[in-house]
Amino acid sequence: MANKHDIFERHSWVLLIGILVMVAIGGLVEIVPLFYLKSTIEKVEGMRPYSPLELAGRNIYVREGCYNCHSQMIRPMRDEIERYGHYSLAAESMYDHPFQWASKRTGPDLARVGGKYSDDWQRDHLINPRAVVPTSIMPGYPFLAKNELDTNAIKAVVSTNRLVGVPYTDEQVEKAVADLKAQANPDDPGAAEVLKRYPKAVVRDFDGNAGKLTEMDALVAYLQVLGTLVDFKVYDDKANLR
Amino acid sequence: MARPIAAKSFTLEEGGFALFLALLAVGCLFIAAKAWEPAYAFHMGVGAIMAAAGCILILKAYIDRTEMPSQLTADGKPNYNYGPIKFASIAAMFWGIAGFIVGLTVASQLAWPVLNFDFPLTNFGRLRPLHTSAVIFAFGGNVLLATSFYVVQRTSQARMPGIITPWFIVLGYNAFIVIAGTGYLLGITQGKEYAEPEWYADLWLTIVWVTYLLAFLGTLWKRKEPHIYVANWFYLAFIVTIAMLHLGNNMSVPVSIFSSKSIQVFSGVQDAMVQWWYGHNAVGFFLTAGFLAIMYYFVPKRAERPVYSYRLSIVHFWSLIFLYIWAGPHHLHYTALPDWASTLGMVMSIVLWMPSWGGMINGLMTLSGAWDKLRTDPVIRMLVVSVAFYGMSTFEGPLMSIRAVNGLSHYTDWTVGHVHSGALGWVGFVSFGALYCLFPWLWNKKGLYSLKLVNWHFWLGTIGIVLYICAMWVSGIMQGLMWRAYDKLGFLEYSFIETVEQMHPFYVIRALGGGLFVLGSLIMAYNLYMTVRHGEQEDTVLAGASRMAAAE
Amino acid sequence: MDTTYTALAQFAQTWGLLYFVILFIGALAYALWPSNSKQFDAAAQSPLRED
Repeated sequence: MANKHDIFERHSWVLLIGILVMVAIGGLVEIVPLFYLKSTIEKVEGMRPYSPLELAGRNIYVREGCYNCHSQMIRPMRDEIERYGHYSLAAESMYDHPFQWASKRTGPDLARVGGKYSDDWQRDHLINPRAVVPTSIMPGYPFLAKNELDTNAIKAVVSTNRLVGVPYTDEQVEKAVADLKAQANPDDPGAAEVLKRYPKAVVRDFDGNAGKLTEMDALVAYLQVLGTLVDFKVYDDKANLR
Repeated sequence: MARPIAAKSFTLEEGGFALFLALLAVGCLFIAAKAWEPAYAFHMGVGAIMAAAGCILILKAYIDRTEMPSQLTADGKPNYNYGPIKFASIAAMFWGIAGFIVGLTVASQLAWPVLNFDFPLTNFGRLRPLHTSAVIFAFGGNVLLATSFYVVQRTSQARMPGIITPWFIVLGYNAFIVIAGTGYLLGITQGKEYAEPEWYADLWLTIVWVTYLLAFLGTLWKRKEPHIYVANWFYLAFIVTIAMLHLGNNMSVPVSIFSSKSIQVFSGVQDAMVQWWYGHNAVGFFLTAGFLAIMYYFVPKRAERPVYSYRLSIVHFWSLIFLYIWAGPHHLHYTALPDWASTLGMVMSIVLWMPSWGGMINGLMTLSGAWDKLRTDPVIRMLVVSVAFYGMSTFEGPLMSIRAVNGLSHYTDWTVGHVHSGALGWVGFVSFGALYCLFPWLWNKKGLYSLKLVNWHFWLGTIGIVLYICAMWVSGIMQGLMWRAYDKLGFLEYSFIETVEQMHPFYVIRALGGGLFVLGSLIMAYNLYMTVRHGEQEDTVLAGASRMAAAE
Repeated sequence: MDTTYTALAQFAQTWGLLYFVILFIGALAYALWPSNSKQFDAAAQSPLRED
């Protein structure tokens, strides 16, 4: 018995397997149930996949590293609910690949920022935050209003999202580019179709520059949809889906 | 001098790597030509150049050498392979300073937002990942590569296997750093903290990492010593677990092979859980297990005494790796993650306090009977203070994992301060101590150029850390309390921006602390440079043997 | 789905706990086993041996 005890000392592969056994369990126990639990997989009335323009905006949000300073996860505490709104539900980030809950609030939470400010405010604030909030420490993003939005990849982005489980229909994938352009242009003949395919979507010229489809259009469209899809007037808190 | 040409032949290893890199270069060029985004084309171009350069280096080394390479022993002693270790040590110093300076930059941006300059490349959102990756993966990673190769060879009394393999690991890892870092600046990111590199960088790192594991195991297999020294256990746990975490957290589907963009397989709650399972164990296995291995070799070596209790080190090892892996969900208290998961994470985090302090005691008590060295040797003082900081942050960590405390500390600067007491105090100082030991050993010098400068580095660094963490305690707790403050009428007392305004003085103090830390590291770089260039040569037979090895 | 969860939780709370305890006792026994002490002492010296 005692002699067998030096196997870790002498056999590197035994040590290797010992380590793997030790470190594998914790993750399995904590992660696997999340794919079966009712509260973490159930859909809530109103949730829909992002429209192509919102998705493009989300990609810009990720690209610029907004998550380094802004959370998207309201905790069920009195002050947070009063400051930001209803606490976040698991279902509200079910189409977020990757999640953007983040871990630091150098700036305020954005989980329900949609509709709180006008497009103009968002645009001015993104271009120069201190023009709107004098003591803000946020960087400015004037280049977003100048950069034309790259629409080449959007169809592939939508279809890859479908591949990992976001329920986009064939039609939504096919019309991705058209929907993207129409949502930023109220005069576009396809605008009505966007609303049909993406309920509660807002069709507007988000950046106030009708001639041009910019990255600002996409980012503001994304910010304006955040937290607006679930109607908490009809949502049953007792369902406790979190 | 030159032996007959017949003694020289292209080894399987050389051929394999040369072919692989040649194919890779061609593949990268092909993708670069058809890439959807300019930034991605740039990356593939850089990849092609680096792969081609690697291929040429292999061929050139083959042409230049006159005999079969990599003698396992020289004069009856193991012919240790120091070349890649030297490279990684210098790279660690370089990336360290770069990462600290970027850190100082982002800290200053929070105090004075005008420093963002509002360009894509200079904004906080892109620089902060650059800072975290540069210090954790570039600085920390190179320190771990250098020390692990040194320790596993010395404690096994065997040369590492291969001639190309060790260089492939070290250079390949640094190529990953370059791709990841330039990627953040160009806006290529997955948007997951500490796992920002996109799919192709992740894929490359996987190849390098598996090679690393094999080279490490290969050295253990060839060892002359009957035992595997405990430091190697920690290194092995670090390498294996990081491989597992990396694969788990980076599961994503590229939008196209011609695009840098990928979509994560998981979403929402599941993605959050996987991310913090990864994130906290990047702390647990990259920044703790790996650096504990450094503690278990360099503290005894420098103090010239065996570790205080080898038995304790074994209990420390198994309990630490078992418990750490559970701790992740404490990052997700009060979120949409089910309570049972975050509670489980909290309980394990609190229990984790015990093995952590067991390790701390083991490191500190190694000095028992030699405490006078703290006075005479600033390098050992640096190592000991690093262990003390380890003890402090592993006490603070479990405290902050308690749900009620976390309710206050989460989302605030308290977390940032906690991370930096571990990162600057523990990881930084233990790395500095190890590098101060390694440079003279690798370059056969009798000692460092100046112990006085080490002393300066020690005090500047320590004062910097104290300023940093105190400022973050105050600003974090203050902001947490302000967010939840109510006035007499029952309304929220402060708007968000009012709480931001109150942070300013503490952000200035934090930047000042960071500045002192940077200054200390610059002094260190000067000291190490002078050690290599002008240090007094150690003249032993062994020195000659290692020099030969190093020359290849 | 919830039954899967209950079953998993029950399994973790009983067998999981037992597993914990056994692993811990195993590690402790390994570290403290008297006949292992000699080789541990030898291993502890290995960084100090110069070659």
